[in-house]
Amino acid sequence: MLGPQSSLVMYDEEYKRIMVLIEKLIRESNSKVIFLVDKNGQLIAATGETEHLDTTSLASLTAGNIAATGGLAKLIGEKEFSILFHEGEKDNIHISIIGGRVILVVIFDERSSLGLVRLRVKKASKELETVFDDLATKSESHAEAPGADSPFAEITDDDIDNLFN
Amino acid sequence: MSFINYASREINCKIVYYGPGLCGKTTNLQFIYNKTAQDAKGKMISLATETERTLFFDFLPLALGEIRGFKTRFHLYTVPGQVFYDASRKLILKGVDGVVFVVDSQEERLDANIESLENLKDNLEEQGYQLEKLPFVIQYNKRDLPNCTPVEELRKLLNPEGVPDLEACATSGEGIFETLKMVAKLVLIDLKKGG
Repeated sequence: MLGPQSSLVMYDEEYKRIMVLIEKLIRESNSKVIFLVDKNGQLIAATGETEHLDTTSLASLTAGNIAATGGLAKLIGEKEFSILFHEGEKDNIHISIIGGRVILVVIFDERSSLGLVRLRVKKASKELETVFDDLATKSESHAEAPGADSPFAEITDDDIDNLFN
Repeated sequence: MSFINYASREINCKIVYYGPGLCGKTTNLQFIYNKTAQDAKGKMISLATETERTLFFDFLPLALGEIRGFKTRFHLYTVPGQVFYDASRKLILKGVDGVVFVVDSQEERLDANIESLENLKDNLEEQGYQLEKLPFVIQYNKRDLPNCTPVEELRKLLNPEGVPDLEACATSGEGIFETLKMVAKLVLIDLKKGG
């Protein structure tokens, strides 16, 4: 499990595995958009009709939403609420937590149903959890050799100053 | 907790602006938003009450440019400053990479500053962080007002450790980008160390 102060790292291999899984989920659940967000609000992956969506804002608000309901859960003695569902006039949002650390968001309309989304999400969650477990193991083994392959190990003060020019 | 994405060659960091109610955290973000080129910023989100007090957080995503082929993005957040929103403040500190503490320099807000700084330390500890180990910058805001506590005195009370600090006026923008630059630099240096 990733500690509070370690970075979340995404590698090409796991990213491809994740994309395959969420693309399968979007087809099987007949939904519009799917994205994965980490609990701090960083967008990990997205698929579907995302071109008119502000996915960065969605990611941040989703994480805020999960954090707030998590706070509510603790107040009444629950660990967390693992599923949230928001119903709109046309579009609905289904939010669930995978492996306690990643948030899966599914946006769907009348072409699908809550039952179908729940069913497919449940199956996909298990597969996604395996990928995130592998990712955690991989980042840990990389972290044992700090800076070995980090693109930031060799940055200079000039590199940083150039960002602000 | 930064997010390094090798697949999209991006690095994302989270910076939180903390401080007592009405010290100018949201004004800091608004100024940055207004003065940043369109292609370098996302939408600014403010979850505020009808009287424009921050209820949950403000959020501003910024793209700073590339370092060694990696797009560098900073997500700026503010917390609600009012004392009774403590539960929300804790949530926003999750996964923070760098903190800016915005000081309200007015004499009558001295106690509020001290209380808020203590609150920051407590809330960070609850999340498993130590303020001393985090990239941390103090901004003495509202220096344009007539009833300001001298910076030397503020420094003695709020910055005994001597972390990087600077004077600012969030309404005119003085010191705002300097603060952002300072904290961003500390965060990147921290990443370099493998933080």
